[in-house]
Amino acid sequence: MTTTETGRPVDGPGGDGCGTDPSAAPPAADGRPVPPGGAPDAFEADLLPTPKGASRALLGSLLAPHRGRVWAAAVALLLQQAAAQASPLLVAYALDRAVPALRAGDRGPLLVLAVAAALSAAVAGGLQWVFVRLSARAGQDVLLDLRGRIFRHAQDLGLDFHERYTSGRLISRATTDVEALRELLEEGLQELVTVVLSTLYISALLLWLDLGLGVAALLSAVPLALLVRAFQRSSHRAYRAKSTAIAAVIVRFTETLGGIRPVQAFRREPANDAAFADLNARHRQFNGDAILAMARFVVGSRMTANVAIAALVLWGAYRVATGALALGVLAAATLYLRRLYDPIDRLGVFLNSYESAAASLEKIAGLLAQRPSVPEPALPRALPPAAPGRPGREVAFRGVRFGYRTGGEVLPRFDLTLAAGSTVAVVGATGAGKSTLARLLARFHDPSEGRVEVDGVDLRELSGAALRRAVVMVTQEAFLFSGTVADNIALGRPDADRAEVEGAARAIGAHDFIAALPDGYDTDVRKRGGRLSAGQRQLVGFARALLADPAVLLLDEATSSLDIPGERAVQRAMGAVLHGRTALVIAHRLSTVESADRVLVMADGRVVEDGAPAALAAGHGRYAALHRAWRESVG
Amino acid sequence: MARRTLAVMATTTCSTSPDERTGAVRRSAVRSLLRLWPFVRPVRVRLFLAAGVAVVASCLSVVIPLVLKWLVDGPVSHGDTGGVWLGGGYLLLLGVAEALLFGLRRWLVSRPTAAVEAAMREALYRHMQRLPVAFHDRWATGQLLSRATTDLQLLRLFLVFPMTFLLVNGATIVVGGVLLLVQQWTLGLVLLAPVLPLMVVCSVFQAQYGQAARRAQDQVGDLTTVVEESVLGIRIVKGFGRHRTQARAFGELAGAVRGTELRKARLLAAIWGVNTLLPELALGAALVLGTVQVADGQLSAGTLVAFLSTALALRWPVDSIGFLLAMSSAAATAADRYFEVLDEPPVAEDGAAPGGRTADGEQPGGGLVFEGVEFRYPDAPPGSPPTLRGVDLHVRPGETMALVGATGSGKTTLTALVPRLYDPTAGRITLDGRDLATLTREEARTLVAVAFEEPTLFSTTVAENVLMGGADGPAAERAAALRRALRVAQAEEFVAALPQGTATGVGEQGMTLSGGQRQRLALARAVVGRPRCLILDDPLSALDVHTEARVEAALREVLASTTALVVAHRPSTVLLADRVALLSGGRIVAVGTHHQLLRENAQYAALMSGGPARATERHEGEDGR
Repeated sequence: MTTTETGRPVDGPGGDGCGTDPSAAPPAADGRPVPPGGAPDAFEADLLPTPKGASRALLGSLLAPHRGRVWAAAVALLLQQAAAQASPLLVAYALDRAVPALRAGDRGPLLVLAVAAALSAAVAGGLQWVFVRLSARAGQDVLLDLRGRIFRHAQDLGLDFHERYTSGRLISRATTDVEALRELLEEGLQELVTVVLSTLYISALLLWLDLGLGVAALLSAVPLALLVRAFQRSSHRAYRAKSTAIAAVIVRFTETLGGIRPVQAFRREPANDAAFADLNARHRQFNGDAILAMARFVVGSRMTANVAIAALVLWGAYRVATGALALGVLAAATLYLRRLYDPIDRLGVFLNSYESAAASLEKIAGLLAQRPSVPEPALPRALPPAAPGRPGREVAFRGVRFGYRTGGEVLPRFDLTLAAGSTVAVVGATGAGKSTLARLLARFHDPSEGRVEVDGVDLRELSGAALRRAVVMVTQEAFLFSGTVADNIALGRPDADRAEVEGAARAIGAHDFIAALPDGYDTDVRKRGGRLSAGQRQLVGFARALLADPAVLLLDEATSSLDIPGERAVQRAMGAVLHGRTALVIAHRLSTVESADRVLVMADGRVVEDGAPAALAAGHGRYAALHRAWRESVG
Repeated sequence: MARRTLAVMATTTCSTSPDERTGAVRRSAVRSLLRLWPFVRPVRVRLFLAAGVAVVASCLSVVIPLVLKWLVDGPVSHGDTGGVWLGGGYLLLLGVAEALLFGLRRWLVSRPTAAVEAAMREALYRHMQRLPVAFHDRWATGQLLSRATTDLQLLRLFLVFPMTFLLVNGATIVVGGVLLLVQQWTLGLVLLAPVLPLMVVCSVFQAQYGQAARRAQDQVGDLTTVVEESVLGIRIVKGFGRHRTQARAFGELAGAVRGTELRKARLLAAIWGVNTLLPELALGAALVLGTVQVADGQLSAGTLVAFLSTALALRWPVDSIGFLLAMSSAAATAADRYFEVLDEPPVAEDGAAPGGRTADGEQPGGGLVFEGVEFRYPDAPPGSPPTLRGVDLHVRPGETMALVGATGSGKTTLTALVPRLYDPTAGRITLDGRDLATLTREEARTLVAVAFEEPTLFSTTVAENVLMGGADGPAAERAAALRRALRVAQAEEFVAALPQGTATGVGEQGMTLSGGQRQRLALARAVVGRPRCLILDDPLSALDVHTEARVEAALREVLASTTALVVAHRPSTVLLADRVALLSGGRIVAVGTHHQLLRENAQYAALMSGGPARATERHEGEDGR
């Protein structure tokens, strides 16, 4: 039989550094993970600690549910390859059997030939179809799973994490890094199966033909293995660097887009161009490095293979000349030798996409290994039923102390109880700890010591859902998500119907302006609520909180951008809405404070004054001073 | 040539740019890809060389088996040792050459294609920075970002493989076809019979695949947007315990991406299946026919084998066409998406008409003058009244004018016109006698500094955030300007308390700082360059009363010598100003001092104090507690 070179250009597609941008979270330079709780630089350098073996475990857990489908795809591919390789056999059959039979007037073998050819064509084509569909299905399911895991995990992580990780990096993880894995899943399996299969097949054939030649051929696998090791190492390094570099590019890009107004108003374009060019050039460099690593591997492996072929042929010829080897064996072995080395380049393709995906998986695993700073309880407790006719709940800080992990105490140990149904205002200079107090109560952070309780239940023991029924916080930055005004209000309670959404908006005095928008409640707020003014966004934020209907409401400077009528309207609404609810109000406007039941004045993390607003205003403390200043400003 | 329709039927819940979903634009994939030429031009020599090398290398790959066969049939079977040595030598030579050529091709393309990708990304970034704010209002970040990453990646891949191998494989197929016809034209015809149906199938496939690819790429953009918002809005998500809702929304979108990807895979599976089936069938037919011919003696067995070997050699080039086309299709889509943004006209640099319209109506000294200024947002629904309907206002040089108006009355819009973030749709704005429209934006923005309502900071150090307000000159001067600006904004104290002082990084959008701290840094940024004209949009809203009073005092000194427009919501801020303008119904309806307007204008009085009627209500509200 003659050659059946498939003629696939060994230099063919796929084997470029074509990885999508992965994003490796390189551990420390020595390859060991950075110690947990590592330096804050870990974020800056996009280097989250990844436990050893985490990326492999991640890949395993992703693939496990699809084991069946992956095996089915592999079997389909095996059969497909067998069918596709049948042509030489058919030619042999045609010449050896069909031609003589035909000459003898027997059309049987010809018929067999025709049927076999049609069958092998159908099987090859059909299984190709089956394989692509099966593997795509498994691959896409894995990607969906992975994307979901990344997103859900990121949402569970605390604010302290997000403040440092930035959205750009998370985007990089959920898009370009996932894309790198996709490449491995889509092409990797096919390459791997082909490589393993043809190597096994041809090695066995060679060994059977001649033990000496076979062993010699297998020996050439040693330098090849060394090459593979070297390639893996350099390509892993290159891909890691590349993925960090693309994440940096993405971070920059996102930030410029997010702040386009200040960028243009302050003429930052040239400076940004320069900074971006730097980051981009770094990425270009690492991208090129990754591709070149592959190029070096291709040269090295092909060289080794071709030299081995030449050497084996010469050795074989020498043995034929000395009579130690049958001529036919050499002929056959020679023809197979070349095919033995064919899969090398495909191995390169596989390794390449594997390294690219591994670098990305490492980064993703690093992200997934981050533990939420405010974990959900394993055994959540329920809140005791609310007192009838009184939606508020008692809030208590018991022996609470709070400091950042990096040191620096924000709130020294204190005890504080807010009576159920009372409205408590907190005033004090920036940095006095007002927002920290609110954030502890909203469980954005957990106290370093002590307990924050709602009706006697530690916040840490409440499930996320129960916590949010109990406590809701409205902040100064009323962030709006893309979507309609109604969507944004309904975020407070997703199962609310339109009437309830409108009711909340009416209650807060936002209905009029919303109704005046082009599509009313269905108006798209555009990117980050750009269609609305800051004051309008705050009103939407309020409506959202009203709709959520919590037992405890936290307002952190939530009216700062409202004009006075707007603020009054909110106060009126709150008067009705807060009735019976517990509220903690951080406000700079003493107009808000005046209507509270109780005022806490904070300084340096401590409550320094505590009492009814009128009583404090009448005294000689800080509040009285603030109150006088405010009176004067209102004129 | 295969044509495809760019009908995009993205049906996602997310806001994406309206432009990219504008439906059926018929454009050839080739034409889309040809647009890459300006970026490819600088590396064209290397790319063409690489293609040439690829052809030579493919030829070598074909020659090596022939040498092997010759070696076996000739010297080995004849026991010609000298011949074997010679053949082995050839084999070694060819093998080394082949390896080197493969390496050469990759070496030739690797850096250049990375460079093309980088150049295109940089061009996109540059362009995007210079697109009008109105463009950014419409386009979600994720859509732009996905163009800068995934799409460019696809384009680079296209340059590396499909571009070269469509050529190489195409040529191989043509040459192989001719060889087949020459060897045995009847068998050749049988073998080539599937070419026509394959071409039809391929073009249909390309059209459909192009659509699916477009949708997939758009959906990835939407996904990106959701991820971005989930981080920027993390406080809301956490505050309302909505991470499950968000995760569900994300899951749905990711599911949509999966659906589209599966559609792509189904198309690919079909084309690949057909591409395997038809040639194999033709091969089988040729084999049967050839067998008959051999039996009849019309054909020698050797010729049939040679013929079939040639046919088999063509298998890979034919098989590969399917996915090469798919890659090209995706690349063409990526090119379309990329150039959609690059084709957006950047803000026209129309200004700097010397003399021009500056002369007429010029007042000595000038100040900031709005004359009949009208503005409507480009995407406002037709028929709706413009946001600003003829604003006339004169801020005298050095004067501070407060701008007061109800929530949503267009105050921020009006202030955005001065640094030319938007241009008025009618009327004109002059600064010190020069029509802003005759200045370049660069010039206009040099003269004007803004503290935005939303104090957006960048993830760099405090010092850099402030100094981007335009303090140039030697380091010492910059340091002095920084100190002065921080003092004005009363930010010295808290900045000094940061771990690394002014060299402390502030995190994404300055989120590690409190609202009040961000606002003070934004204020410092506005005053650091001692601008001729200062726009402050509610600059003190997030400050506590104490700090507010101190900032006011310091700010007064700056405002004494600066023409300034200050958006104000409360009396304390209004008191910074010399006079107040009341914006209502898209016009300035009253100008005067604070006390004057309080007395004379009921609307103003209501805005500043809640009005008598409201005050009563408020008391009732309080009593109700």
